[in-house]
Amino acid sequence: MTAVVHIEQLRKVYTIGETQVIALDGVDLTIEPGEFIAIMGPSGSGKSTFMQITGLLDTPTSGRYAFEGKDVANLSADDRADIRSRRLGFVFQSYNLLARTSALENVELPMVYAGVPEVDRKRIALEKLAIVGVSELAQHAPNQMSGGQQQRVAIARSLVNNPGLILADEPTGALDTKTSDDVMSILTRLNDEQGITIMLVTHEPDIALYAKRLVTFRDGKIVSDGPNAHRHEPEKIVA
Amino acid sequence: MSFMATVRLALDALIRNKVRSLLTMLGIVIGVAAVIVTVAIGSGARTSVTNSINALGSNLIVVQPGSVTQGGARTGFGGASTLTPADGMAMTTLAGVAAVSPLVTVRTQVVSGANNWQTTISGVAPTYTFIKGWPLASGTFFTDEDIASSAKVAVLGQTDVSELFPGGGDPVGQNIIVKGVPFTVIGTLTALGQSSLGTDQDDTILVPYSSAMQRLTGQTTVSQLMVSASSAALVDSVQTEVTQLLEQRHRIVAGQPDDFQVRNLQSIAAAASSTGAVMEFLLAGVAAVSLIVGGIGIMNIMMVSVTERTREIGLRMSLGARGSSILRQFLTESTVLSAVGGIIGVLFGFIGTFVVSMLAKWPTQIPVAWVFLAVGFSALVGIFFGYYPARKAANLNPIDALRFE
Repeated sequence: MTAVVHIEQLRKVYTIGETQVIALDGVDLTIEPGEFIAIMGPSGSGKSTFMQITGLLDTPTSGRYAFEGKDVANLSADDRADIRSRRLGFVFQSYNLLARTSALENVELPMVYAGVPEVDRKRIALEKLAIVGVSELAQHAPNQMSGGQQQRVAIARSLVNNPGLILADEPTGALDTKTSDDVMSILTRLNDEQGITIMLVTHEPDIALYAKRLVTFRDGKIVSDGPNAHRHEPEKIVA
Repeated sequence: MSFMATVRLALDALIRNKVRSLLTMLGIVIGVAAVIVTVAIGSGARTSVTNSINALGSNLIVVQPGSVTQGGARTGFGGASTLTPADGMAMTTLAGVAAVSPLVTVRTQVVSGANNWQTTISGVAPTYTFIKGWPLASGTFFTDEDIASSAKVAVLGQTDVSELFPGGGDPVGQNIIVKGVPFTVIGTLTALGQSSLGTDQDDTILVPYSSAMQRLTGQTTVSQLMVSASSAALVDSVQTEVTQLLEQRHRIVAGQPDDFQVRNLQSIAAAASSTGAVMEFLLAGVAAVSLIVGGIGIMNIMMVSVTERTREIGLRMSLGARGSSILRQFLTESTVLSAVGGIIGVLFGFIGTFVVSMLAKWPTQIPVAWVFLAVGFSALVGIFFGYYPARKAANLNPIDALRFE
């Protein structure tokens, strides 16, 4: 089976003024389909940069990156946009829902860019909203929802194009413990029941323990990589 | 993404910021409304000027005798004695000719009782009042029978009424003496006042042209033939027909100069009309400047909008939007903004035009071409001034945009 992500000797160097900042310094990582991997590390460790390159939002300075078997390290901005549109799903710390736009329309948005016909969009969006348990909020705008509800809508949005990989960047960073557990339970369930590959980026060890595999970054390098021996059992899922 | 989806997206974004969208549109609305109102007033004024010039006699064609050379000196037009009432009669048979009147003028002293006054005696046909559009104030006008019998009857202009009959009272039925010949006053004309050249049009006495020729000038020729075309559109063709007819009657062979001259007042009407057109363009130009100012307003707001929505742009890009989709989205927003502003401006322009014509009793006319021009131009303004901000949005780096605070 083709690895979802296959990265070799990835380097990313930022030049700020005259100083060079090495954000990633020779990273090797392979993510197989169905994995639930947590990327951990303190701020400045390079985990965010790694997520951005993995999510095709940025390009590496050097190294190899194959996404679903395709070399994507040096694609044009438009080609990267197309892969993001069809194969990747993003969940952000700050939800990033469009304001004054209903949950349903927010969830439909990636399908608009992927060119899904309008008749299918609403059906798929409602389907995904049901999976994350917020069907009744379809017509609500973000400011009428709690943080946990907004993050559920954001997860539904990441699901609509049946992505090969969901990138969750600090998805619980803005949520309280209880709600964080709810959101992590949803991600766990998506991975367990639907086999969706998830890459979670977090600095909270508690949250990382929901993943099956733990990878720790420090100073732009991977310092540990192994299965999670103390995996959280999901709390009861609040639908 | 399809065109309709893009437009829908743009409309959604604009509706989400209703107040701001309306305020941004205001510049375009005012610009377009100003264009419509000024052009409507300008073209209405032009039409009304043209109409009043037509009323003054732009349908009028004047035939004068040509010039003759006497002892080496050439007289001006009118010097020759070549036009006869028979020429005028022949013209009445031409298609497009509504009426013809000869004009014989004599400047002489007129006596009435103890009063006398020097004035211009005009020998004309009964059609004269129709050709000049000059109604009677009292009494009657002379008839074709009066022409046939060279009747000694006269119709007085108001100046002559007051100078020859200073005591007041109706002069109709009284006698005046012209060159020793008594004429009976049968009517008076309404006051016309000064002509555009400053002469007193009311200082005249009208008599049958046959009477003037036989009893006053003793000549068989007339000083002018006045021809009225049925409509302004026919003036040129009637002028040509009249010329051909006279050439034929006067046996003028090709290559020889005509012994008469045919003129009309169309050139005056054309000049007035073109002056109106220049004014109209001038006003529209001023109004167009306000459209450009409105466009700059749109650019300003779109710049603010791009900055404010940087995170949204980053999000859309991370969800798979290409730079070109973002460019299209913002460009469509500014274009929709200005086009909708243009359409609202047209509505306000119509309302404004209506109000102006109601309150100022000013004739107005909305030229359809200008309506389309104004809306099209405002849409162009939106594309032109929206391009830079849209470009800026499309070139954002998705990560920077997402991180933007």
